[in-house]
Amino acid sequence: MNALAARGLTKRYDNVPAVDGLDLAIDEGTLYGFLGPNGAGKTTTLRMALGLVFPTSGQVEILGTPVFRDGHTNPDAGRALRGVGALVEEPAFWKYLSGRRNLECLARAAGPPDDREARLRRIDETLRVVGLEPAADKRVKAYSQGMRQRLGIAAALLGNPRLLLLDEPSNGLDPQGTREVRMLLRRLADEGTTVFVSSHLLAEVEAMCDQVGVLARGRLVAEGPPSNLRPSGSRVRVEVDDAQRALRVASGLDGVVVDEHRDGSRSFIAALAPPATAASLNAALVGAGVGVSALVPVHERLEDVFVELVEGADDIR
Amino acid sequence: MFRVELIRALSRWRTYLFAAGLAGLPILIVLSLALSSSSPPNGPDAPPFLALILSNGLFAPLTALAVFQPFFLPLGAGLLSGDSIAGEASAGTLRYLLVRPVSRTRLVASKYAFVMTQVAAGVAWVVIVGLVAGGLAFGFGPIPTLSGTTLGAAETLLRILATATYLVAGVAGIAAIGMLISVLTDSAPGAAIAPVAVAIASQILDHVDSVRVIHPYLISHQWLAYLDLFRSPVEWGNVVRGLVTFAIYTALFLGAALAVFRRKDVTA
Repeated sequence: MNALAARGLTKRYDNVPAVDGLDLAIDEGTLYGFLGPNGAGKTTTLRMALGLVFPTSGQVEILGTPVFRDGHTNPDAGRALRGVGALVEEPAFWKYLSGRRNLECLARAAGPPDDREARLRRIDETLRVVGLEPAADKRVKAYSQGMRQRLGIAAALLGNPRLLLLDEPSNGLDPQGTREVRMLLRRLADEGTTVFVSSHLLAEVEAMCDQVGVLARGRLVAEGPPSNLRPSGSRVRVEVDDAQRALRVASGLDGVVVDEHRDGSRSFIAALAPPATAASLNAALVGAGVGVSALVPVHERLEDVFVELVEGADDIR
Repeated sequence: MFRVELIRALSRWRTYLFAAGLAGLPILIVLSLALSSSSPPNGPDAPPFLALILSNGLFAPLTALAVFQPFFLPLGAGLLSGDSIAGEASAGTLRYLLVRPVSRTRLVASKYAFVMTQVAAGVAWVVIVGLVAGGLAFGFGPIPTLSGTTLGAAETLLRILATATYLVAGVAGIAAIGMLISVLTDSAPGAAIAPVAVAIASQILDHVDSVRVIHPYLISHQWLAYLDLFRSPVEWGNVVRGLVTFAIYTALFLGAALAVFRRKDVTA
């Protein structure tokens, strides 16, 4: 069973598609990263998966249950939602209540009334996991953005969810906090929870996700493990003593394309394709009397890939 | 969900502030009469029963209720119902409640139930404070009815409670209108205005002769029917007509609120 699935999911606002025929099939236990520029449709997709926004057409399922039926929210989807924890756009709380109280109210709201002891223990546990125990009894009005963010994650974890849908979970957190969140999500995914993260932090997504989906203009333009999204082939940066001669030699080699060189600089970047390799380039340069002081691989940054993929997608339409 | 509402309401300063404010009215009425017991206020502008309090503290809660009914009661019902869904929407908590999950129907139903509970509690509080203040200042005694007979204190108390209940029923429809507007907008104060405006407009129209035709259908038309409870024997005609009107308004607008909410995109 897919933890989260979408088929032809579409949402139009005044004929402009915010989400356009989206297909998703996310396996249980995956840590899935949803990337896209502002206005790509990430949050709208999340809202439809949670039954907050009605799709124009198409279907979306959480934990195997369709979220909508006959133009209304599916009554059975309620049961599935119990196993889902979510953070949508930003956390929101009743500011006049303490962090703990907020969690208590949210936990109770789901009903039916059950074991109070268990509920309180669960609340304590989530507060501990997000590191909010010392501030749990202060009113949310006094919380910093980072604290509110942590509380939002705690709220998402309350019901021991099998599926987590998180919109920018590291938002407002310092690097330490970001790292903690990353480790937490990784741990949860390893334990079998499906974690769906919508994020702009490409490095984060790359570091922790099993799968990445890139959304632009409401459509999935790329999907796969983070490593797959990098272009094939390798690039190297070469530092030499005689740039002119080095460039002449390199350009003449089969499979070597000089990519970047600034006039007067003693280094350049070359893209290598078979039959050229870093070693063969090195040998050729040295053989021609060029002194090579450094030859290092250059990794294409995910950011460049990302920008390329979503090229031209405006967030204002 | 109802318990959650209760916990939240009891955790706020403003709940207790309102309670204090509500208590103020009956106390004010009793105090001002006790201090100026020379000339009893009379005439068409004075609320009914006002002059009679002097002889009997039981009239204090009745007077307070009579003063509340035209404006303050609809205002309270409007504010509470207008805040119900729109308040959560503007705070951003609406989406998190729905996702718990709380079904849309259950959310509207429990919010409405709590609004009416608060209205009833407010009215009960006014009655209690009025009884205590009136009793202390003027004592209890038999009251004259509109039919010329007299009623014992216990009998009167019963009818006062019936009046309080009738008044709460009278704004059930106003609160339902508030729920509908609350579902349609993200602005809680904005949502509060509509039901209050309806209540005021209804009362104004009820006095305009040229639209006599619609009078029986106005929500406030039978608001004063509680006076019939103070006849001997009690005349139920208008009271029943009133209750039917209130039930229809409530069903109509609450039904509309549910229908709209169940199909609405929650982007808040």
